[in-house]
Amino acid sequence: MFTEAPAKRKTYYEELQDKGYSRRDFMKFCTMMAAYMGLQTSGVAQVAEALKTKPRLPVIWLHFQECTCCSESFIRSSHPIVADIILDKISLDYTETLMAAAGHQAEEAMHKTMKEHYGEYVLCVEGSVPTGADGVYCLIGGKSSLDILHEAAAGAKAIICWGSCASNGCVQSAKPNPTRATPIHKIIKNKPIIKVPGCPPIGEVMAGTIVHILTFGTLPALDGIGRPKAFYSKRVHDSCYRRPYYDAGLYVETFDDENAKRGYCLYKVGCKGPSTYNACGVMRWNAGVSFPIQSGHGCFGCSEESFWDNGPIYERMATAGGFGIEANADTVGKVALGVTAAGIAAHAVVTNLRKGKNIDKIIAEGKQSEHELNED
Amino acid sequence: MATVTITKPHRLRRVFVWELPVRVYHWLNALSIMALIATGFYIGDPPALLSGKEASDLFIMGTFRFVHFVAAYIFFFNFLFRIYWGFVGNKYARWKNFIPTNKQFFSDMWTVIKTDILMTSAKDIHTIGHNRLAGFIYFLTFIAFGIQCLTGFGLYSATSDWWFPNLFAWVPSVVGGDFMLRQIHHWTMWFFILFTVVHVYLVFYHDYVEGRGEISSMGGGWKFVEEEIFEADKESEKEKK
Repeated sequence: MFTEAPAKRKTYYEELQDKGYSRRDFMKFCTMMAAYMGLQTSGVAQVAEALKTKPRLPVIWLHFQECTCCSESFIRSSHPIVADIILDKISLDYTETLMAAAGHQAEEAMHKTMKEHYGEYVLCVEGSVPTGADGVYCLIGGKSSLDILHEAAAGAKAIICWGSCASNGCVQSAKPNPTRATPIHKIIKNKPIIKVPGCPPIGEVMAGTIVHILTFGTLPALDGIGRPKAFYSKRVHDSCYRRPYYDAGLYVETFDDENAKRGYCLYKVGCKGPSTYNACGVMRWNAGVSFPIQSGHGCFGCSEESFWDNGPIYERMATAGGFGIEANADTVGKVALGVTAAGIAAHAVVTNLRKGKNIDKIIAEGKQSEHELNED
Repeated sequence: MATVTITKPHRLRRVFVWELPVRVYHWLNALSIMALIATGFYIGDPPALLSGKEASDLFIMGTFRFVHFVAAYIFFFNFLFRIYWGFVGNKYARWKNFIPTNKQFFSDMWTVIKTDILMTSAKDIHTIGHNRLAGFIYFLTFIAFGIQCLTGFGLYSATSDWWFPNLFAWVPSVVGGDFMLRQIHHWTMWFFILFTVVHVYLVFYHDYVEGRGEISSMGGGWKFVEEEIFEADKESEKEKK
């Protein structure tokens, strides 16, 4: 048995060469990533340079309350290097779903990374953290996810929240949120946090976020709530290829009607594109094949906070809680209008009864003046 | 009708209550709100369109949205102007008419409620400008204006490159996204509708019960006040000083 000498950490390019990728494949990948990140042409060289010279970025990828759809989306991103570069062998020091190690070995690998790369590693979190009942709803290796998160976050350079679970709680935090599923930013306050919401997020968006950190050594430009601007600054509605039908006023009235066959806008059948910030309309899914609206179904709004509680899927308006199943703001408004009208009618009647004397006085006064004029 | 004999009809004093800027504000506000409600209903739930035309030949939703946004800008800057006028306008336009600053405000409000709403008190209240309850309700409408401006421009900001709407880009995250923002925007609209109905009714009510030219006051700016009330008002103003 011999112990391996602590080898110099290989760069991404070296690792890729070992895997058998050609220089051409590598440059294609860099170009694609630069384009996704919205860089100018010279950015391609920056990406290539970074991947050639910088040693691999240590990454710890934790899974809590989630369904692994983020990982699934990631390994299906359009260029094979995306999966290889981050997931297959290079960067992942610890991830429950994909690592070969198990049990104590895995725990050891994580702690090794945490110790060796303290302050350098990027912590990726997939899933929310249940804070109810002291965190017993999600235990890994005998520890609650809350403890694991605190431990792993302490030495992290930055935290990437994959998917809606980590970014805003997703379905497990839907009312009444029995496990008190909590997004990461509400637990860890002292680290830079990047939110990459979506259920799941687009693979290229995930890759783009990581490659940005790699290339520039900084976090990508974030919007007000911490999402990378390059991917989340536009609403799905604004990059939707059906938008001309929206502006024209041509809408699908029901699924499978003539308008649906013509590909009209899905606004009236509950498309959440107008209130959802994501890159689906531009990047699409599965290597640019399609996205929900293209397949004839409205946007679900999966990258938006509370999308699971935001009313019926196939309606524009949310139902009004406490006013019956079908009631929305307009129903309540119409009833309120009716009540107001009835109130006014009653008030008008009571006015004539109660204020009769005052009114009579005014009328009499007016009439007297009228008479005086007639007498002249 | 009971016959009432009046020995001496009241002499009325003409009082200039609503200055021109206030009246212009009022009607611009009314028109823009009507435009906003009408186009807002269309945007919220556009009716099915029977047209064989291509999308490239139609711009119906686009037009409705355009009118909505133009009206929104008019509404917003008109509102800003009114706030400014609350500091430089005449006695009846001042902000003190709207924002309660003392206990007297609330007890006056209660008197108005007893007299004009519940009608448990038969006496006649003589106010020349806004009565206290009306003033306070207008204060609530100003809050509703604020909510509509924040939510409206918050929704609009993502589609605009201009710096001004982007001042509101922070709003969506406060309430958890555009979806919730839309809901708030839509719910608050109903307040405007209900307000308008009650407001118009009460204008007629006051004109009918008090006979001081309430309806026409927002046209010419004048109200007509009984000589005695005018003198009494003058006395109480003197006392205050």
